Amino acid sequence: MRHLLDTRNLDRATALRILDIAEDMADTQSREVKKLPTLRGKTVVNLFFEDSTRTRISFEAAAKRLSADVINFAAKGSSVSKGESLKDTAQTLEAIGADAVVIRHPASGAPQTLATSGWISAGVVNAGDGTHEHPTQALLDAFTIRKRRFGADSRGRDLAGLHVVIVGDVLHSRVARSNVWLLATLGADVTLVAPPTLVPQNVSLWPARVVYDLDEALEQSPDAVMMLRIQLERMNAAYFPTEREYSRRWGLDALRVAALPEGSIVMHPGPMNRGLEISSEAADSPRSTVLEQVTNGVSIRMAVLYLLLAGERDDERGGDL
Amino acid sequence: MSTRTVLQEADIARALTRIAHEILESNRGSEDLVLLGIPTRGVTLAHRLAALIGGIAQTQTPVGSLDITLFRDDLSKHPTRSPHPTDIPAGGIDGKTVVLVDDVLFSGRSIRAALDAIQSIGRPAVVRLAILVDRGHRELPIRPDFIGKNIPSARTERVNVRLHENDGAEEVTIGA
Repeated sequence: MRHLLDTRNLDRATALRILDIAEDMADTQSREVKKLPTLRGKTVVNLFFEDSTRTRISFEAAAKRLSADVINFAAKGSSVSKGESLKDTAQTLEAIGADAVVIRHPASGAPQTLATSGWISAGVVNAGDGTHEHPTQALLDAFTIRKRRFGADSRGRDLAGLHVVIVGDVLHSRVARSNVWLLATLGADVTLVAPPTLVPQNVSLWPARVVYDLDEALEQSPDAVMMLRIQLERMNAAYFPTEREYSRRWGLDALRVAALPEGSIVMHPGPMNRGLEISSEAADSPRSTVLEQVTNGVSIRMAVLYLLLAGERDDERGGDL
Repeated sequence: MSTRTVLQEADIARALTRIAHEILESNRGSEDLVLLGIPTRGVTLAHRLAALIGGIAQTQTPVGSLDITLFRDDLSKHPTRSPHPTDIPAGGIDGKTVVLVDDVLFSGRSIRAALDAIQSIGRPAVVRLAILVDRGHRELPIRPDFIGKNIPSARTERVNVRLHENDGAEEVTIGA
């Protein structure tokens, strides 16, 4: 694997390979010594043009558990705030000797540009770009669903026949997009639930069903209910009348959680707006996988970095710089 | 292209039976013994040795598998390998006599990786090495304790171990 830019173009075999290697990575994390020597001498740069704590920490933990050196580059207070272009930043990282660049950027497509521009030879991992994709989040969600469903027997399995409901701000959510593509590739049925104002226009092209009523979707006894964060920072228009109304119609409250079938799980990518899209009863119930998702995120990111960096490079280093 | 068979089914069975006896002799019984196979054929051999030891000593010997992929020093020289699951027996390996089992011993680098992998899991009292075929050409100061068969080989030759459980045939061949 050269880059991980999206899940839309991730084939089933590669997706399963990442999930299975993540199982092996998860096993090593229960050992006395969690650190592996695998990526000794490799350098991973976390290039974050957008605020993020958990994703950056997760990538950092993953890289460090594999013995890679980690350089954190936050755009705030850096040369970027002085007006440096993505190209110059990238070439600086290349000169430092980065083997992989983990990039989060407010512009959709920035990781793609970085990977295909020829500015750098490092592998690129998309850690969230605009409203486009967040592939490692989708992979860790799929991993979590599979793990809860099949336990120790997870290796090699896809999600065929499972039903996943994704609820909330689909319009602004790269998590939703990445999940829709990946879950469909893995054979799951996906239903999107959102207020009509928060459904993207081209949704009919996605491999998912759309309903506007949460209770109608929950009646279909889903195996997993994924709540999306209401991204107040991206809301520059009135998408719903009040937070209270949103919470009543599309929030996962105690009653809705109690009505879920046995064995179905409640997911949230974090950070949660408790009382808005998810109630504390739901977030803290035994069905909730919120903290498992965080743990699994490290294993998934270890697997991705392993696949990007460990093996022989299938192209010549350097390229046409 | 000449490939010849150096061990046949009966030879492999005899070698394993002898190794089982030698392990019991050097350990003075089967107490605290743990067999760890290196995937994939080492795991098969470890299970066979455990069965043989069980038949001789009338005890159950714990068997596990130890993946070394993440500890290799040659990862960047090959296309990306997928790791295999590591499965450590319930009793762990702390204070135990761990016998590493592999099919072929060549450069010794796999065993170096295996020793690192063991270190991340626990601290055995003793680590021993059982090998079906020793073909020479060591690159590190590593020496097996139990050897099925010494097979002198040229560095360029291929030594192939095939086992019923993995390959549907049972033989050791050497060829160009």
